[in-house]
Amino acid sequence: MSSDSSPEAIKKSVRLYVGVFVALLFLTLVTVGVSYIHLSSGKAHALALFVASIKASLVALFFMHLAHERKIIYATIGLTAILFVFCMSISLYL
Amino acid sequence: MSAGLIPYVDHENPVTGVTNAKFGIWLFLASEVMLFGALFSTFIILKTSATIWPHGYEVLNIPMGTLNTAILITSSVTVVMSWVSLKLKEFGKFKKYMGVTVVLSCVFLVVKYFEYQAKFHHGYYPATNTYFAIYFTMTGLHAIHIIGGIIVNAYLLGPGSKMWHTEPERFTGRIECAGLYWHFVDLVWIFLFPLLYLL
Repeated sequence: MSSDSSPEAIKKSVRLYVGVFVALLFLTLVTVGVSYIHLSSGKAHALALFVASIKASLVALFFMHLAHERKIIYATIGLTAILFVFCMSISLYL
Repeated sequence: MSAGLIPYVDHENPVTGVTNAKFGIWLFLASEVMLFGALFSTFIILKTSATIWPHGYEVLNIPMGTLNTAILITSSVTVVMSWVSLKLKEFGKFKKYMGVTVVLSCVFLVVKYFEYQAKFHHGYYPATNTYFAIYFTMTGLHAIHIIGGIIVNAYLLGPGSKMWHTEPERFTGRIECAGLYWHFVDLVWIFLFPLLYLL
């Protein structure tokens, strides 16, 4: 939840949600559009994951309110992220 | 008011700074990250070691996948708007936004049903090859999460919404937790869509 949850602040955040929504739809179209170009495998993977990461960040930061969260939530996510990266690293190493 | 035997469900726990419900849902989501993380890890290992791996755009329906992506993104907005409505004490708007969320979730499943049906019609099953094995596993697990979300959101829209009249803060917290789960389901699809459909 946002640190400032007054009605005025919440109404202001609605505009932000709409902006994020438009950005997510736009980035989806970009991802689909780029797939029709048929880039080399490495470039295609890098670009697709880069755009997906931007979209995921937008959802996490604004819809899930991680832009303004408590330390305990950041600590939980941080530990999870370390384990997730470890999991991915093993599979890439193999 | 703190209801029942579980403390700090409607106000912040002084130790963590968040409600126990919210901390609980984040811990649950952490376990979910590792669940899907293991499958994404499996996907990488299978793909990098496979001798033949079809391009997703050759065997899957990109317009249907794109439609489902748009549906999930839209439902993410409507679920956050349902929470906003409660923060603004507008219960009627909450009902509308949560209702739209549930409908969109069902539409996602209907589209997925037609996609699966088309695959079966063309003779593509989980046993066909490694690509379809991981495709059906990951999208199937994701669909199960969608069904779980529909059940929870439909309950909160229907009988569960009575709590608003007696414990509004606690009910708003429930919607926030349900919303966090739903955003996570959206997040997973954001990575599944390009990896399975577009590459």
